[in-house]
Amino acid sequence: MSLINSVPEMVVTTKLDEVLNWTRKSSVWYMLFGLACCAIELMQTGGPRADLERFGAAPRATPRQSDMMIIAGTLTLKMALRTKVLYDQMPDPKYVISMGSCSNCGGLFQLAYSVCDGVDKVIPVDVYVPGCPPRPEALTEGLLKLQEKMMQERWLVRGSSAQAAA
Amino acid sequence: MSLAGYEFEVQRDDGLATEEMTLNMGPQHPSTHGVLRFVVKADGEIMRTALPDIGYLHRSIEKISEKVGYHGFMPYTDRVDYVSAMQCNQGWAMVCERAAGIEVPRRGEFCRIIACELGRIASHLLSVGTMVMDIGGMTPFTHAIREREKVNNLLEDLCGARLTFNYMRIGGVAWDLPPGYAEQVTAFLDRFEPFIAEYNDLISYNKIYVERLANVAAVSKEEAINYNLVGPNLRGCGFQYDVRRDEPYSIYPELDFDVPVGTGEVGTLGDCFDRYMVRIKELKESCKIVRQCLDMIPDGPVLARVAKKLKPPVGDAHVRVEASRGDMGWYVVSDGSEFPYRTKIRTGSFSAMSIVDKLSRGIMIADLIALIASLDVVAPEVDR
Amino acid sequence: MSPTEIHQRLQDQHDDAITAFEADALDPFVLVKSDSIVEVCQFLHNDPDLAFDCLTNMSGVDFLKEEYIQVVLHLYSYTHRHAIVVKVNMSREEPSMPSVETIWKAANWLEREIYDLLGVVFTGHSDLRRLLMPEDWVGHPLRKDFIEPEEYHGISTRRESLLK
Repeated sequence: MSLINSVPEMVVTTKLDEVLNWTRKSSVWYMLFGLACCAIELMQTGGPRADLERFGAAPRATPRQSDMMIIAGTLTLKMALRTKVLYDQMPDPKYVISMGSCSNCGGLFQLAYSVCDGVDKVIPVDVYVPGCPPRPEALTEGLLKLQEKMMQERWLVRGSSAQAAA
Repeated sequence: MSLAGYEFEVQRDDGLATEEMTLNMGPQHPSTHGVLRFVVKADGEIMRTALPDIGYLHRSIEKISEKVGYHGFMPYTDRVDYVSAMQCNQGWAMVCERAAGIEVPRRGEFCRIIACELGRIASHLLSVGTMVMDIGGMTPFTHAIREREKVNNLLEDLCGARLTFNYMRIGGVAWDLPPGYAEQVTAFLDRFEPFIAEYNDLISYNKIYVERLANVAAVSKEEAINYNLVGPNLRGCGFQYDVRRDEPYSIYPELDFDVPVGTGEVGTLGDCFDRYMVRIKELKESCKIVRQCLDMIPDGPVLARVAKKLKPPVGDAHVRVEASRGDMGWYVVSDGSEFPYRTKIRTGSFSAMSIVDKLSRGIMIADLIALIASLDVVAPEVDR
Repeated sequence: MSPTEIHQRLQDQHDDAITAFEADALDPFVLVKSDSIVEVCQFLHNDPDLAFDCLTNMSGVDFLKEEYIQVVLHLYSYTHRHAIVVKVNMSREEPSMPSVETIWKAANWLEREIYDLLGVVFTGHSDLRRLLMPEDWVGHPLRKDFIEPEEYHGISTRRESLLK
């Protein structure tokens, strides 16, 4: 007699990958990294109405404790080099959400001489959230998209992309 | 970054002076209000100086104005100070109107002032909220943000955006107030005014909070003027000056409001607590102004007829508006074409940042956070 | 005091330093020779009837066609509530003027910004370094003939348009 039949309401069968991913996606800690205008919306997303912590995303003050980096705002050339350092300091596996037009492609500030047009020139990006600035709902959607992406990762297959990333 | 010329001694008579160390704070730091960097030279916990290093958010807004034209620059002014974008809109609109000699319809002026004062409430709420958070109290921040969300809703009804409004146009405002707006705003104000007292009960006179702020980094009136501190930072020194009252523009002369100043009620005059308290008191004054505007607003058009390709005559113009972070100077040079020849924006945070080096000498590292928060520095305004 | 009276008072004291006065402009201004700017500003600050205790704004303007750089000082007196604009012209090739930092502390950062963005050298400034741009940046971006560099530390400053 199998174990599953004896206690059906207490046991869930699943794949090991899914358990791993499920635990990881439920506690994506993001680094407090407000650059510009979007930082205010990021703050309000963490605030009482949008409440990002419902989805397991809590702010951390240091890159060494974070799983995810939300690039919230315009990335200037002077800041771009520092952003790379911060990204390198984060432990793997790590994710990046690019929030707002400025960090997606330079946005309004493509005309500027001192702005890096797009954060993807410096670090790899997983999810792009459009808007100038995106509403808290849009950022939450971006987080959910990232969680979907995390659920698809395969850790037990040799040579998989997730392993390569880690 | 070279630190030559910044050696000076901190007097300690307890025999505990140790060797000096240099610490780096920022650009990524949770309590620096955006990307600011300080090079701190400290002897233990006592700072010799905190030297600001800015420019991490320099987005060349002034140069962009030379490429996009007078009307096209309006969305960029939102990003000069995203925490209270309305007053930046107003500053740009006013300087262009002055240069080109445009008259704004009366109803348009009222719409502007209502929007500006709601923006000021939103800005000061964020300021006092994050100030508590920087010092270590998370809960009052969520209270302030809760109220800010309501102001954001009101501003969203007005112009469709929560943060970067682009509401004003040269010659007036883009849209009239939506139907039933006066009732909505009045309902919000009725609920909000008691909240100020509630917030004071919650945190303002909390003993720990007062101890953290009293007597820290006091500024004298003369020093403040010499460093060109403006707005709540200047009024915190006990000097009653407000551009809205003393160099009046728009419809402010017709309105009745007080100019709160620092009183040194818990410590030295001009310390961090005074600057904080001025902002709390200004919340009430803004409510008063909005109520008066809603009562007095006349009927009529909100936008004057302005040429699509605005070409002000050759020359320059300078205006000052009282933004949330104080007197904001807008300077525009026109060469008679449809693009501004040069734009210069002098902001309150810029001068507030330049005094940090002076004020930080001899205070504790933890007090630096209180100092920056009380000066209400917003990074894009410093760098532009 | 009206701008005309302020100019008159300046003229009485520093006749040879003032080269022009424009009373009909939106903001009336006096044009001052660059080497006597410190004495003029000292007088404007110290004279009890003028008492310009605050430097509210300071901007640099690059006039490419006319071949000069202009530094514009907006002064304001909190004591008397009056204002005046002081302008200084200098050559485009080697723009330089004495620093007014000793009179108004606010000038420290404003001058650094003008040095950074327009390349005006302020002689006698205590700490003349770049303020906004990185220290290894080449050129002065607010000059009209500034050309944006192709890349900065390996980061390209160009982006292909998606709309083709």
